[in-house]
Amino acid sequence: MTEDRTNPSEPRRGAPLKRARPRVGLDARPAGPTRQAHALDDDANPDGERQVRPWEVEAATPVAAEDQPKRRRRTVAELLADVPEDAVIVTRRLTKKYGEFTAVDSLNLTIRRGEVFGLLGPNGAGKTTTVLMLLGLTEPTKGVVRVVGLDPTREPLAVKRQVGYLPDNVGFYAGLSGRENLRYTAKLNGIPRREAEARIDELLAEVRLEDAADKKAGEYSRGMRQRLGIADALVKSPTVLILDEPTIAIDPAGVEELLGMLRRLVDERDLTVLLSSHILGQVQSLCDRVGFYANGKMVASGPLDELAGGTAEVELEVGVEGAPSAIDPVAGAIPGVSSVRPHERNDRFRIVTASSDVAAPLATALAAAGLPIVHLRRRGTDLLELYRRYVPEGIDGRAH
Amino acid sequence: MAAPTDTPRPAGGAAARAASRRSERAPSGGWRTIAGKEMADHLGSIRFIVLLVVVAIAAVVPMYFISSDISSVAPQAAGQPAIFLALFVAGSNAVGGVTTIAFAALFVPLVGIAFGFDGINSERSQGTLSRLLAQPIHRDDVVNGKFAAGIAVIALMIGVLIAFVTALGILRLGIIPSPEELARVFVWFLATVLYASFWLAFALLISTAIRSTASAALVGFGTWLALILFGGFLLPALAGALFPVDTTGTPDAILSANAAQHLFLRLSPATLYQDVVTAVMNPNTHNLLGLGNLGQYVSAQEQVPNLLSIDQSILLVWPQIVALVALTTLLFALAYVMFLRQEVRA
Repeated sequence: MTEDRTNPSEPRRGAPLKRARPRVGLDARPAGPTRQAHALDDDANPDGERQVRPWEVEAATPVAAEDQPKRRRRTVAELLADVPEDAVIVTRRLTKKYGEFTAVDSLNLTIRRGEVFGLLGPNGAGKTTTVLMLLGLTEPTKGVVRVVGLDPTREPLAVKRQVGYLPDNVGFYAGLSGRENLRYTAKLNGIPRREAEARIDELLAEVRLEDAADKKAGEYSRGMRQRLGIADALVKSPTVLILDEPTIAIDPAGVEELLGMLRRLVDERDLTVLLSSHILGQVQSLCDRVGFYANGKMVASGPLDELAGGTAEVELEVGVEGAPSAIDPVAGAIPGVSSVRPHERNDRFRIVTASSDVAAPLATALAAAGLPIVHLRRRGTDLLELYRRYVPEGIDGRAH
Repeated sequence: MAAPTDTPRPAGGAAARAASRRSERAPSGGWRTIAGKEMADHLGSIRFIVLLVVVAIAAVVPMYFISSDISSVAPQAAGQPAIFLALFVAGSNAVGGVTTIAFAALFVPLVGIAFGFDGINSERSQGTLSRLLAQPIHRDDVVNGKFAAGIAVIALMIGVLIAFVTALGILRLGIIPSPEELARVFVWFLATVLYASFWLAFALLISTAIRSTASAALVGFGTWLALILFGGFLLPALAGALFPVDTTGTPDAILSANAAQHLFLRLSPATLYQDVVTAVMNPNTHNLLGLGNLGQYVSAQEQVPNLLSIDQSILLVWPQIVALVALTTLLFALAYVMFLRQEVRA
C-alpha cells in the first residue's frame, strides 16, 4: 500500500524539507494525476455527497468506524488534493498522541473563508490540542495542517501573524491595566504605536471595556477578562479567529452579551472563526457549521439543521399515565411507525420511530385508546439530543 | 519550504507566503519587546526596592566601618599600596570582620534568584503564556527576553550600588583612586554581574522545571541557603575525602593532593567567583590553586612580594572566569531547551 516508501528506485523529486525532521507518513513531493485519483477514491463517500461538498470528508451523519477504509500513507499533495480554493483552515488525518494516549485521532476538517465553525465536544475530547496544532504551538504526530495556506509547524510566525487566538482560560498580567496588556500584544505584533493606540481604543469600546481600560487587569471579573481576551485576539487585525471555550464560566447574561459582541465583530470584519465549546446552546446562534468531537475523533459535522435532520427518521418521546407498555400496540398500529422501544434514561417513556412526524396521529390514537398523554416530544431538533446522539459517552455537567 | 509547488493553495496563499518569508528573514525582535516589558515590571516591583535596600545596607555598612578604621590609622597607611581597594577587601572588627566583597558574594545569588524564579511559571499560572506564544514571536524569545531583562536589572542594581559605595569611600577617605584601582573595581562589577547571571540562569531553569512559583522560590532560596550554610565545610570535607592528604608521604605527594583538593572546590560557582574577586581586588595575589609540587613551593618562597598589574590578575583567574561563563551558559541552555520542549498547555 505504501507505494511512496517501498519503491526505493524512485528518486525524491520534492524540494528538501526546510528542517530535516522525520515526518511520519508525509512526503512532500509533487503529485501526479494518478495519485490524485487515488486520493479521491480513498475519501469517496458511499452516498455520493462529495459532489455537493467535496471538502467535507466526514459526512453529516455519523461515520461508523468500519466505513472508513484501511488507511494507507499518502503524500501531502494527495491529502490536500480535494481542498477548495477558499479553505482557510484545513486538517487532513491530523493526529496527536501523548505517549499511548491519542488526543486527536485522524481529524479531517475544512473551514472556508467567512465561515464560523463550532467545535463541540466534552472536556478532554481533544479540542484544545487541535487548536494548539493549528497555531503551531504543538507539533502534530501525524497528518497535515494548513492555516491560511501555511504549515503552522514550519512557519509558525507567519500563521500567528494572521490568527487571533483566545486561549482556554485566558489570563492577563495582573499588574498591568487592560489597555497596557493590549499595548504589549500590539508591540509583540510589531504594530506602529499610533496605529496601535487607535485600534486599542476602538476595540476597548467594542468590547465595552472603555471605562475599565485603565484599571489593573487583576481586578477584572471573569467576563471582563474574556471580553479583553477577544479584544486582545483582534489587536493584530487577524483574518482568522480561534476561540477556545469563549463562554466558559461566564453567567448566562454575560454569555449572551459576549456572543452578541462576537457576532457583530465577526460580521464587521469578515473573519473566519473556529470556536470550541462544550456548551451547545450558547454557540448555536453563532455557528454556521458545527462538528461534534468525542475522544479525539470528529463524529459528525455539518450545518446544525442538516445535522438535526440528518436522519430521515423522526423520533418521538411519548409518556402516558400508567404503564408505558400500553403505548406499544397503539403506536405500532400507526402507519409509518417502524419501531417502538423503551426510553434510554426514563423507563416511563417510549421512543417511537417513524418515517415522518406522526405526533398528531399518535396523540389522537392514544387519546382514543384512553391513555392520557403526559409527555410528547419530537427528538433530534434539540441540540442536546444531537449531542447525546453523537457523543455517546455522555456530556459534561455544565452543558444544560 | 516543503515543495511549495505541489499543494493547491487558497487564493492569497502565495502572497502570505512571500510576506512570511520576508518577515522570517528580518525577525521581529520579539525578545527585545519582552525584555523591555520584563524590565519595566522588575523596576516597578516591590521585590526590586526591597532587594536594593537590603543589598545597599549589606554593601554600605562594612564600607562605613572600614573607612573609619583606615582613617584612624591613616599615618601608618600612607605608603600602603592599593589603599583604595582595602575599602572593599578589608573588614572592620566592628562588623565582625565582614568585608564588602564578602557581603556581595553572599547576596548576589539572592538577587539572581529573586529576578528569575517566577520567570516562566508565573506566565503559566497567570494564563498569559499561551496568549504570549500565540503572538508572532519565536518561542525562545520568551526565555531570551527574560534572561536579558534580568541581567540588565541586576547590572543596574549592582552598578548603582558599587558607584554609591565607591563615591562614599572617596568621600570618607578623601583619596582619589588610581585608574588601575577603578579598573579593578569595574572588573569586580563585571564578575559580580556574571555570578548573578549564573544564579539567574539557575532560577530560570527551576522556573521552567517547577510549575508552582512558591515551590520554585523554595527550591531556589533553599539552594542558596544550603550553599552558604553547608558549602563552606561540606565541599572541603568532600574534597578531603576524595583526595586524602597522606602526611607520611613525600612533600610532593602532600602538595599534589592539596592541589587536587583545590581544583575540586572549583566545581562550585561560589569558589570560582571568590577566586576571581580575590585576584582582582588583591593585586598581591599570585596563586589561587595552591602549589602542586615542592619546586613551586620553593619558588613561591623566594618570590619577592610585588603587586600584579590588572591584566596579570585577570590572566591569573582567566580559567575561573571561563568556567563561570561555561556554567552559566550550561544552565541557561538547559532552561532554554526544557522550555522549548515543554507543552504549552498546563
